[in-house]
Amino acid sequence: MRMWWKDVWPPVVAVLLFLGAWQAAVYMFHIEDWILPSPAGIAREAASGAQGLPGHTLATLRLTLTGFVIGTAVGFIIALILHMLPGLKTALYPLLVVSQNVPTIALAPLLMIWFGFGMLPKIIVITLVCFFPVAVAAMDGLARTDRTMMNYMQMAGAGRWQTFSKLELPHALPSLFSGLRIAATYSVMGAVIGEWIGSDRGIGYYMMLQKSAYRTDRVFVAIVIVVLLSLLMVGLITLLEKRLIRWNAKSREVSR
Amino acid sequence: MSRNISIPGAIDAAAAMPSSALEADGITKSFRDRKTEVKVLDGLSLTVQPGQFASIIGPSGSGKSTLFHIIGGLLKPDAGAIRMNGSDVTGQKGRIAYMPQQPALFPWRTALDNVLLPRELSGMPKEQARDEARILMERAGLSGFENAYPDTLSGGMQQRTAFLRTLMSPQEVMCLDEPFSALDALTRTDMQHWLLDMWEADRRSVLMITHHIEEALLLSDVVYVMSNRPAAILQKIEVPFARPRSEALLHQPAFLALKQEISDRMRNELRKS
Ligand SMILES: Nc1ncnc2c1ncn2[C@@H]1O[C@H](COP(=O)(O)OP(=O)(O)OP(=O)(O)O)[C@@H](O)[C@H]1O
Ligand SMILES: [Mg+2]
Repeated sequence: MRMWWKDVWPPVVAVLLFLGAWQAAVYMFHIEDWILPSPAGIAREAASGAQGLPGHTLATLRLTLTGFVIGTAVGFIIALILHMLPGLKTALYPLLVVSQNVPTIALAPLLMIWFGFGMLPKIIVITLVCFFPVAVAAMDGLARTDRTMMNYMQMAGAGRWQTFSKLELPHALPSLFSGLRIAATYSVMGAVIGEWIGSDRGIGYYMMLQKSAYRTDRVFVAIVIVVLLSLLMVGLITLLEKRLIRWNAKSREVSR
Repeated sequence: MSRNISIPGAIDAAAAMPSSALEADGITKSFRDRKTEVKVLDGLSLTVQPGQFASIIGPSGSGKSTLFHIIGGLLKPDAGAIRMNGSDVTGQKGRIAYMPQQPALFPWRTALDNVLLPRELSGMPKEQARDEARILMERAGLSGFENAYPDTLSGGMQQRTAFLRTLMSPQEVMCLDEPFSALDALTRTDMQHWLLDMWEADRRSVLMITHHIEEALLLSDVVYVMSNRPAAILQKIEVPFARPRSEALLHQPAFLALKQEISDRMRNELRKS
C-alpha cells in the first residue's frame, strides 16, 4: 500500500502544480475564455454535463474497441503469415514500414470518398494505425524464439503446430503485448480522426462541432475524455497482460 | 588408430546379430563459418546396445553436443548414418529422449508443467503422467517446487527439472548431455546413485556425455573416449564392474586404476592439441 503511494504521488503532484499554474496564468493575464479557458472553467463545463456527451463518448468507445480488435487481429494475422513464409517477409516487410509514412490524416478523406460515411472507413483508419505496431511486435517476438528451447522442441519431435502453440506463441507474448499497448493508444487517436472527417456522433464529431462554435472549454472537455479513453484502453491491455503473463512479472518489475 | 573401418559385408553380419538400440556409423560433420570450414566430427562410430548404459568422455569443444544434435535429427551429418534397432533414422526427429546441455526450460511453464511437456507432445493421457511426475520430483528433491517457475529455481534445480523432463519422454533411448554438471558435489553424488538405482531397475538404453571420469565409470557399461577436434572415438572401454554397483566401488583398486588410465589418456590427448 505504501509502496504504491510512493509511485503515484510524484506525477499527481506534478499534474496539480501544472493545473495550478494554468489557473493562475489565466486569472493573472485575463486570458479570454474562447482562447484558453481555466481548468476550473473546464471542470465546471464537464460537470454541467453538456448535451449528449456520454452518448458521444460511448459511440467513440464502441468504435475504438471494434477498430482495435479488428486492427490488432489484422496485425497478428499478417505477423503469422510473414513468420510462416520468410520469403514473403523479406518482400513485404519494407513495404509495411513505408506504409507507416503515409499520414493517416491524409488518407482518411479518401477512405470517406471510397467507402462513404458509415463504420467501414473509420474502422479502416483505426486498422491502419493499429496493425503495424502489433504486426512488428509479434513478428519480432516470434522471430526471437530461444534457440536452445527450439532445438529441444525439434529433437523431441514436436510438430509445426505444437512448436507454435507451446513455444513460439508463449515466447512472443510479452513482445506482442508491448505492441498491443501502443496500438491501444493509437486506436483512440484513429477513432477521433475518423470522426473528424465524417460522422454524426462521437467525441471527434463533438470536438469539431464545439470548435466551430468557439466553445474552447468544451473542446478541452473533449480532449480530457480522449485522454481518459486512451488510459482506459491501455489499462485494459495491462490487465489482460497481467492475467496472461504471470511467469516473468517479477523479472520485468526489476528491469523497469 | 582404433577407428572403426567399415568393411563391405559388415552390414550383413550386423543384420544377423541382435541390432543395437542406437548406432552412430562413421559420422562426419563440418561447420562452415564464413570462409573457414571447421571439421568437428571425423568418422565417429559408436553403439549402444539395448539396455546398455554408455558414456562419452571428451575434451571441451570436441563435438559431443554436435553428435547429439545429429543423433536427434537436428543436424544432418555430411557422411555416415544413425541407426536404431537396425533401421536408418538419420535426420529423423523425435526418436530419442534428449536432455540438452542448457536446461532450456520454458519460463512460462511451472516446473511440473515443464516435466510434463514430453507427454503432452506425444499426446499421452495427462492424469497418470501428473502422478508419475510428482513422484519423480519428490525423489529429485523438488517437492514443494511443482508450481514454481524456472527463473525462481536454482541452477541445480533447473537441471534436475530438465533431467526429469527427459525421464518422462516416452522414447526408449535417452541421450543426456552433461546431466549433472550444474550440481554441487553432494547433490551430484545423490543424483548419480538415484539414476543408477532407477536405471538398474528398468534398463533403458542411455548415452551420456560427461566430463567426470568417475561418474562415467560408476554408471556405465561402456565408456567411449573422444579425441580432440576433428573428433573420433579414441578408445572404447568396457567397464567390468558387476551390478548393482554402490559407493564402495569408488575405492576399489581396480576402479581407481581404470580411472587413472582414462585420465592419463585424456591428458595425452589434450597435450597433442
Ligand atoms: N551451429 C554451429 N555452427 C558453427 N559451429 C558450430 C555449431 N555448433 C557447434 N559448432 C562448433 O563445433 C565445435 C564443437 O561444439 P560442441 O558444442 O559439439 O562441443 P562439445 O564437445 O559439446 O563441448 P563442451 O564440452 O564444451 O560442451 C565447437 O568448436 C563449436 O564452435
Ligand atoms: Mg557440449
